[in-house]
Amino acid sequence: TLAERTNLAGVRHILLVLSGKGGVGKSTISTELALALRSAGKRVGILDVDLCGPSIPRMLRVQDSAVHQCDSGWVPVFVGQDKAIALMSIGFLLERPDDAVVWRGPKKNALIKQFVTDVAWGDLDFLIVDTPPGTSDEHISTVEALRPHQLLGAILVTTPQ
Amino acid sequence: AEAAELRARLRAVRHTVLVLSGKGGVGKSTFSALLAHGLAADETKQVALLDIDICGPSIPKMMGLEGEQVHQSGSGWSPVYVEENLGVMSVGFLLSSPDDAVIWRGPKKNGLIKQFLRDVDWGEVDYLIVDTPPGTSDEHLSIVQYLSATHIDGAVIVTTPQEVSLQDVRKEINFCRKVKLPIIGVVENMSGFVCPKCKNESQIFPPTTGGAEKMCQNLNVSLLGKVPLDPQIGKSCDRGQSFLAEAPESPATLSYRNIIQRIQEYCEQHHFQEEKIM
Repeated sequence: TLAERTNLAGVRHILLVLSGKGGVGKSTISTELALALRSAGKRVGILDVDLCGPSIPRMLRVQDSAVHQCDSGWVPVFVGQDKAIALMSIGFLLERPDDAVVWRGPKKNALIKQFVTDVAWGDLDFLIVDTPPGTSDEHISTVEALRPHQLLGAILVTTPQ
Repeated sequence: AEAAELRARLRAVRHTVLVLSGKGGVGKSTFSALLAHGLAADETKQVALLDIDICGPSIPKMMGLEGEQVHQSGSGWSPVYVEENLGVMSVGFLLSSPDDAVIWRGPKKNGLIKQFLRDVDWGEVDYLIVDTPPGTSDEHLSIVQYLSATHIDGAVIVTTPQEVSLQDVRKEINFCRKVKLPIIGVVENMSGFVCPKCKNESQIFPPTTGGAEKMCQNLNVSLLGKVPLDPQIGKSCDRGQSFLAEAPESPATLSYRNIIQRIQEYCEQHHFQEEKIM
C-alpha cells in the first residue's frame, strides 16, 4: 500500500535482534546498539515488538511518554541525549505501566503489523527491531511484515550456558 | 464434552502449582525442576512436571531427559519418568532433533497444551507443577482456562532483583489477579553472589528499586524467599542433575528448600481449608 511504502521507504537498513531464550540481553543489546550507532552519527530508530514485556522505554528513560498520531500514522517517541533516536513500543500505549497485555496471537499480530506499517519513521539509516523470546506469533508476523522492505538480517543474542 | 474430558483426566491431581514470570531468563524452569525434585524427595508423593514452554522447552535438559521420546499406550501418552514418583512431559520429547524450532502461532500452541492435559496419563498425582514461558499470552490464558476443570492451588512468580525484571513481573501479578489465579508468592532469584574464595557479597543484578521485597510489600503478595547466584546452579541444569542433590551445602540450596517447604505448606493448608468447607 502507499502508506507502507511511505513509512518504511526512508529506512535504509532493518536489523532484527533475536534469541530464542529470554533474559539474555536482547533489549539491552538493542538499546546499546542504537546508542552506539547514534554516537557514530547515524539516524536510528528502535521498534520494540515485545508486547508482553516491553523493556526499551525504561532503558531509555521514557517509560512515562505517550505517542501521538499524525497524517502518516503514529509519531515515534524521540529518545537519547539529543532526542534523535525514534522509538515505538507498546509500553507507550498502556494506560498504566503495570497493565498486563493479555492478548492471544491474532491481536498481537494485528498490532505488530500496525507498528511496522503505521509508524512515521522518516529517514533512518538503521531501524533496530527488538523481539521477545521464542519463535511464535510476534516473530512470524514481524518477519512477514518486514520482508518486502530493507531487511538486512538478524543478530542473535545468547549467554554461555 | 471437552471440559468433561479434562475434568476426568485431572480428577486424580491433588495440587496444581503454576510457575510464572513476566520476564524471561529469571529461573522459572530451574525453579520448576528443583520444586519437582524437592517434592519428589518424599517417595510417598507422586509428582508431575508439565513444561508448556512450546518454543523454548528447557525442562528435558534440566531433568537429564534429553533424547527421550513419548510413548503411547491404551490409556494415553506416557510421561517420561525421572524417578518412579516423578514424571515429566514437554514438547521437547516430541521433537526429532533438539535444535528443531517449533514455529507455531497461538492456536496451534493452545492445541498442544490441551493435548498435554487431556491425553497424558499422569495417573494419581499429588503435585502437578506447570512450567510456563515468559509473558502473558496464549500459553498462560490457555493453561488457566483448561485447568479450570480442576483447581489451581496458585502461582509462584519468579523474578530477579532489577527493575527491568520487576516491571514485567508486576504485569504478571496483574494477569493473575485478572484471571483470579491465587498467588502463592514471589521468588527472587540471582539475589546476590557470595564469592567462594573471599566470601565477599556482590549484587550482580542490583535491586535499584528495592527488589522483589519492595514490590511484594507494595502489591501485598508474599515473598517466598531470595535465592543467591551460585554458578553450580547453571552447571547442574546444563548437566541435567538436581542442584539440590549436587550442592547440598550451598546457601542457594538452603533458600530453595525453605521456599519449597513454604509452597508445600500453602498447598496442604489450602486443601485442609477446602475439606473443612466441604
